[in-house]
Amino acid sequence: MLQNLILNIDAGTIDWSRAQFALTAIYHWLFVPLTLGLAVIMGIAETKYYRTKDEFWKETAKFWQKLFGVNFAMGVATGIILEFEFGTNWSNYSWFVGDIFGAPLAIEGIVAFFMESTFVAVMYFGWKKVSAGFHLASTWLTGLGATISAWWILVANAWMQCPVGCEFNPDTMRNEMVSFAEVALSPFAVSKFCHTVTSSWIIGAIFCVGVSCWYLMKKRHTKLAIESIKIGAGVGLVAALLAGGTGHKSGMDVAEAQPMKLAAMEALYDGGTEQGLKLIEGIEVPYGLSIMATNDPKGYVPGINDLVNGYTTPDGKTEPSVEEKMERGKKAIEALAAYRKAKAEGADESIVNYQLSIINSNMQYFGYGYLKDKTDVIPPVAVNFWAFRVMVGVGCLFILFFAVILAVTYQWPKALFGKRDITALPAWHYWVAIALIPLAYIGSECGWLVAEFGRQPWTIQDMLPTWASVSDLQSSSVMITFFLFLILFSTMLAVEINILLKQIKKGPEV
Amino acid sequence: MPQKFRTIYMAKENFLSKVFHLYYDGFRSMTLGKTLWAIILIKLFIIFVVLKLFFFPNFLKQHADGNEAEYVATQLLNIED
Repeated sequence: MLQNLILNIDAGTIDWSRAQFALTAIYHWLFVPLTLGLAVIMGIAETKYYRTKDEFWKETAKFWQKLFGVNFAMGVATGIILEFEFGTNWSNYSWFVGDIFGAPLAIEGIVAFFMESTFVAVMYFGWKKVSAGFHLASTWLTGLGATISAWWILVANAWMQCPVGCEFNPDTMRNEMVSFAEVALSPFAVSKFCHTVTSSWIIGAIFCVGVSCWYLMKKRHTKLAIESIKIGAGVGLVAALLAGGTGHKSGMDVAEAQPMKLAAMEALYDGGTEQGLKLIEGIEVPYGLSIMATNDPKGYVPGINDLVNGYTTPDGKTEPSVEEKMERGKKAIEALAAYRKAKAEGADESIVNYQLSIINSNMQYFGYGYLKDKTDVIPPVAVNFWAFRVMVGVGCLFILFFAVILAVTYQWPKALFGKRDITALPAWHYWVAIALIPLAYIGSECGWLVAEFGRQPWTIQDMLPTWASVSDLQSSSVMITFFLFLILFSTMLAVEINILLKQIKKGPEV
Repeated sequence: MPQKFRTIYMAKENFLSKVFHLYYDGFRSMTLGKTLWAIILIKLFIIFVVLKLFFFPNFLKQHADGNEAEYVATQLLNIED
């Protein structure tokens, strides 16, 4: 008779822990992309100063560096809270995977953050202290430090989505890293990094363009606005195109490592070959999903029902049903319990090795042993479906927007834009650019909703579901800190927006 | 002190002096930076002193008492008939 696995965790604890992590992660992600994006803008502006020695470019660079600094200061330490939550709310997860997860986070803190901190000081304090070349290098290295930070955090997150380079140790109850290179350079991590960073450049670009459009509307700092639009829109167009390409690569990675996430993103219940990509229900791009997932218009894409019930692809590859995986997962868990008991009691080595062999042959489905029902593997379909569409829609809109605003600024092609003057457009044109700033953030956050909602119910894909990962805390304590964060973050966000708007209104120091 | 070592000593002193003055003069001449630093310090105080101390203890350290593997095993392998 199979034994029932019951984890006596309050359901409220699980949901409040997830909600708290989501709140702090969303809040943290308000600051990071603008840091990464503005780093490129200010780097280009200062490079122009270095090359031309024109004081205009020095003041332009200093202006964007000022706004960078406000955002950087407000974003400092917002990520630390996430690490606190790992230790308090997600203790089983922290122990189970800490050997792997902890390494990239530690490297991020030691190497990347110190690099940023060192060079940001030279950037702000060193205008009259160091040579122009060293100052320029410091500005770019500040951005590079922030980007390297992003690399290590995304390595950690990519590992949650596609765990590689590790082996489970039944004695320590930990997954242990066996290949640092496999973890740090996993193809999933590389795609995720490229896509996340290029999408962050979009945020920096639209912020630059939006602020510049506000100056044009107010007939202030016209030259700074026009030149900044050229930089911002140029960076934005390149970034949006790169984000699209890297997004496609990420989609292929998801199709391979997390097919259920892809099925949820598409609300695809019954898969097959030659799958179209839904724009909305009823309208689809023929073959689009098959191409996105497999680079082949005839590629097989499994649906939610296929993944739950098991399927065989046209080329003969078989995927077991969730119920089969649950059986194997339960075997792994029971064998692990028996193994530990046998070792503790000093049982015969043959018994210990027998249990170990069962663990090893079923470990890849360990997490499935915690599922109560086969439908537990299905992530929230509606959230994934719409968040994906918002993200892609916003991305496509920005390709168009940046292309048009570049064309208007350069008045090219002359036949279409020759008579347009970027400084004399109707006010609503500028308001569109300004309104695109919050839309960019919405698109960016939707990307993370797809990534993290699509991963549900897993904290580590296939290894550990959320209810096995949380600490056995009272839900009320998690709820209290959730609302504490909500108040704290709302206050801090209001303060930052207030300071940013004041500095934008003040303008560059001429 | 031999000339060679005096030159290295003075160069090192100069470099350290330059680094010191970079930060000293920089912090002294801050305007907006003073406000931002005040916000950073308040935020760090709230995060590390208030939140960490009172709301985010290390759960395993408190409950596992040095036997983390055993504690997590009990949590993850809780089996009933």
